[in-house]
Amino acid sequence: MRYEAPTTAKEAVRLMAGKAGMARVLAGGTDLLVQIRTDRIAPDLIVDIKRIAGMRSIMTKSGGFRIGAAVSGAELGEHKALRRAWPGVVEAANLIGSIQIQSRATMGGNLCNASPAADSVPALVAAGATAVIVGPRGRRSLPVEDVAVAPGRTSLKKGEIVEAIVLPKRAPRSGDAYLRFIPRSEMDIAVVGAGVSLTLDRNGVCTAARVALGAVAERVILVPDAAKALIGSTVDQAALERLAAAASAACRPIDDKRGTKKFRIKVAGVLARRAARTALARAQGK
Amino acid sequence: MGEMMSKVKVSTTINGDPVEYLCDAEETLLDVLRDHLGLTGAKEGCGTGDCGACSVVVDGRVVCSCLVLGAEAEGRKVTTVEGLATGDRLHPLQQKFLEFAALQCGVCTPGFLVAAKALLDRNPDPTETEIRFGLAGNLCRCTGYDKIVRAVQAAAAEMRKG
Amino acid sequence: MPLDATIDPATHKFALVGTRPLRPDGIDKVTGRARFGADASAPGMLVGKILRSPHAHARIRAIDTSKAAKLPGVKAIVTRADFKEGDPGLRDVLHNVMARDKALYDGHAVAAVAATSAAVARKALKLIRVDYEILPHVTDVDEAMKPGAPVLHADMITANVEPAPKKASNIASRCEFGHGDPEIGFKQADLVIARSFKTEATHQGYIEPHACLASVGSDGQGELWVCTQGHYMVRNQCASLLGMDVSKLRVTASEIGGGFGGKTTVFIEPVALALSRKAGRPVKLVMSREEVFRASGPTSSASMDVKIGVTKDGRITAGTAEIRFQGGAFAGSPVEFGAMSAFACYDLEHVKTVGYDVVTNRPKQAAYRAPGAPMVAFAVESVLDELAKKIGMDPIELRLKNAAKEGTRSSYGPKYKRIGLIECLEAARRHPHYKAPLGPNQGRGIAAGFWFNFGGQTCVSLNVNVDGTVALAVGTPDIGGSRASMCLIAAEELGIGYEQVRAIVADTSSLGYNDISEGSRVTFSTGLAVIQAARDATAKLCARAAKTWGIAPDAVVWEKGYAKPASPNAGSFAPLSLADIAKTAGSTGGPIAGHCEVNAEGAGVSFAVHMTDAEVDRETGRVEIKRYTVVQDAGKAIHPSYVEGQYQGGAAQGIGWAINEEYVYGRDGRLQNPGFLDYRIPVASDLPMIDTVIVETPNPGHPYGVRGVGETSIVPPLAAVANAVSAAAGVRLSELPMAPPRVLAAIDAAASRRS
Repeated sequence: MRYEAPTTAKEAVRLMAGKAGMARVLAGGTDLLVQIRTDRIAPDLIVDIKRIAGMRSIMTKSGGFRIGAAVSGAELGEHKALRRAWPGVVEAANLIGSIQIQSRATMGGNLCNASPAADSVPALVAAGATAVIVGPRGRRSLPVEDVAVAPGRTSLKKGEIVEAIVLPKRAPRSGDAYLRFIPRSEMDIAVVGAGVSLTLDRNGVCTAARVALGAVAERVILVPDAAKALIGSTVDQAALERLAAAASAACRPIDDKRGTKKFRIKVAGVLARRAARTALARAQGK
Repeated sequence: MGEMMSKVKVSTTINGDPVEYLCDAEETLLDVLRDHLGLTGAKEGCGTGDCGACSVVVDGRVVCSCLVLGAEAEGRKVTTVEGLATGDRLHPLQQKFLEFAALQCGVCTPGFLVAAKALLDRNPDPTETEIRFGLAGNLCRCTGYDKIVRAVQAAAAEMRKG
Repeated sequence: MPLDATIDPATHKFALVGTRPLRPDGIDKVTGRARFGADASAPGMLVGKILRSPHAHARIRAIDTSKAAKLPGVKAIVTRADFKEGDPGLRDVLHNVMARDKALYDGHAVAAVAATSAAVARKALKLIRVDYEILPHVTDVDEAMKPGAPVLHADMITANVEPAPKKASNIASRCEFGHGDPEIGFKQADLVIARSFKTEATHQGYIEPHACLASVGSDGQGELWVCTQGHYMVRNQCASLLGMDVSKLRVTASEIGGGFGGKTTVFIEPVALALSRKAGRPVKLVMSREEVFRASGPTSSASMDVKIGVTKDGRITAGTAEIRFQGGAFAGSPVEFGAMSAFACYDLEHVKTVGYDVVTNRPKQAAYRAPGAPMVAFAVESVLDELAKKIGMDPIELRLKNAAKEGTRSSYGPKYKRIGLIECLEAARRHPHYKAPLGPNQGRGIAAGFWFNFGGQTCVSLNVNVDGTVALAVGTPDIGGSRASMCLIAAEELGIGYEQVRAIVADTSSLGYNDISEGSRVTFSTGLAVIQAARDATAKLCARAAKTWGIAPDAVVWEKGYAKPASPNAGSFAPLSLADIAKTAGSTGGPIAGHCEVNAEGAGVSFAVHMTDAEVDRETGRVEIKRYTVVQDAGKAIHPSYVEGQYQGGAAQGIGWAINEEYVYGRDGRLQNPGFLDYRIPVASDLPMIDTVIVETPNPGHPYGVRGVGETSIVPPLAAVANAVSAAAGVRLSELPMAPPRVLAAIDAAASRRS
């Protein structure tokens, strides 16, 4: 195995696109190093992107944010403006692992690891985030929900790297939230995750909403029916129950060591409802 | 050796001292500390970032050294449990862990001390809940955490007095 | 003071016992200096790694190591052929250390290599070809008992059954305990409840994986550095499995990073020695966490039926239990301890328990803190909780009405001497926790628990140094702060300061045989031996003073650190301190040392009562422990901080067992969660502070009244938590762990029954 730590995205792409063999991007390493250690993968080349300045910074961009792919969870949590605008995204990223993991783990890595249970991804999908991808043919943008295609698999082509995640400008009276279900209070992988983002008009009626669920399908899913349950309502109890039902209906989970199908389907609705309540309170400025 | 392995040369700072080493690309910082540098205070409890026994501070942030490559330490500042005391003077956390019997077997203790120091560096007056969540990445199987939390509270109080 | 002098611990004023000094190994452990199993290295050291079966049950047709042997850097490869067969007492131990004709569980060792680096060793493992014939497997205890289940051992005929079965099965043995006639008792009852329970296997979860450094020379002499609860056991077993003389193997116990019973047998140690012997170089072998879960010893899983009858006024008229434990691939589950302890808290006229020891395709279980008792207490205390509710009686009152006391004939045979269950129950009832209001969706549970406690073979050496300090050599690895307690006891007896005694855990060549640090025996047995060794030393100190003074030895007494004339008749001499006598030892007869070799008996049984408040999220089934209180009899607490630590640690492990911890097997018989990510032990934010009450009802079998405290603390929590969760959820939970899907399903099922 070879280790490289380029200082430019261009050089990183060149390395990733280079000769045959398995190349892997090292951002926070909290998934990658575990996979290497447990013999699940044996890369020939590791490209550490943490020495690339643009991938380590958070920039405001046309009212939104451009978050470098190698920005750690801890750094996200310390960014006041980001936390104010997208509290749900930040809380989702900050739920990943311990303080030790937060020092390292990145949303870029969380996205590219392509786990259906990734905590930051439902929040990003709900937020309508896009991934900026740099590759041998230049840059392109992709909605976050289109990056992962199956457990452990992304739509990225050889040589491509997620360089940044872009969060759009926030409309007034908007709020987002993410909740996950884990058996312990910390350190677990989500059994179910739910991200909700919504916008209200001056009368408190929901004009826009996005709802995404994690760990209930082969990848994080956007649930338009759940959003529809909210839009046009004041996010009252009846709307929330419709949202919960739509969320549960969209699940196509499996039974595994972390939970049963039945459990995930029910809890997805519960969490979507609870997350929507928090998002609503945030949109109302509470 | 069966194949040529290209070693990575690393210059870094550990507990204030300049250190240079060669490591294999796949070796972790924990491997380097323990096997190359004789710093066995950090322990490998799981190797997957789930127990915190290998906690060290890199550039002011606490990490699991089992999830950091040795090669990544180039130019960084690393602090391990061996760097907590000043000469023969214990850090208040070390002293309070002893006074409060916050260790039984002691194998998780180095990780707890490093993580607790990082916690108090950022938050000098944490609540019980903040301590518990701040140390959730450090597993202890002996104590039930009660005495650890109390020791951290006591150390924090003492450190605030200055 | 005569050697057998016993003080009255209830009234005696101790100088040091009962205080809380800093532990002697503390500085090393907070500075990173303490050396644990994996912290040792040696010149020329190789790295050992073990190849493990990926199959739950498979015949091993052949193992081809030729390719691996050719890999540069590989220095030795061992298989079963490298061990000595034939010791009938270690047959299963050897089978477990290295498979022969069959791999019996996912993780079973089949071969091992030693190489110049971890990378080469890993690569070599991949080059070893094992030809497996996969066989049907079974991992569930009830399935394993069914006729037609895959049979692990063709020669396993159930023991203690008349007439002996003709066919082999997975049932290794049956056991039975009790007295009276439960059928008569049940007829006297106003209410009889019978329920079935299941618990999953849990792992001790010590943070330090098994690790050792072995070095065997071509002269056949060996050294082994190892984290273990019993280095003499390691020495004896390894010597036998390698065909070495016991005297030629010196084993040093490293600092040990937790054991809880899991480090009371050998796994990797004989393998490391075999590799070292073959390679002629030191070999370090360290388990990964995954190996710890797959291939060390978790506890048994259990399936149990309990039936208890009571009268309306709360008298238990009879209790029965049938318990079935699977203990992994070999006989030896702690089902007897389970069957013996099931009703040990109660004074019953009619009681009967039957146990079955069952083998399955799982790793061989190892002891786990009060082995066998927690699961059975879960079943019995759950039924009692239900009975108390049905007859409208306070659950502590119900237990008090039936509590065992001095003179009670225990459910497993012996009559109790002085015990402290009633004191514990009363302390629990008085505790503010018991009357505190509960919040919404919260429930309170209480449960009692019992453990036998053990004594055993113990050898201690106490050397008086020239400056009046004392070197204390014990042979029981310090798993929870015992060196501090031993220093306290030695200093108490000698009348010197705590800091003047330094305790070490001696290696196997420096001190006589000691049983393992297990069975809550160390503070009791080693403490007893330290008292006797100290009294042996003070007798010698008195003799030296007598010699100095020119009076008869029996005219000198030892008081508070000084030799004094026994009475004015003996003469008038200024008292001599230990340091005074030590200084001149060279001219009064040479070195002064005290020794004790004993097979300690009289370990007093102990009892605990736990209470806890649990909150249940009715929409997700998630359980949160809001408050927890442990009340336990310690007999006499030598170092109360570490007694509290044992109480809290046992409670925390029990909470994990009750709520989230379990071995999850797939259909393929492979362990699905061999890591701390999905084997969920409690983290700091899962738990509240754990309040403790130390009850002291002296054990008549110990000079200070000491009872073991390490194990009893894990017996009640499974039941206490289950009772609390059941109260909060409004439905009885009878299977562990009470993980959210199970709790939610129970709540939903109860709701649909009501509607």
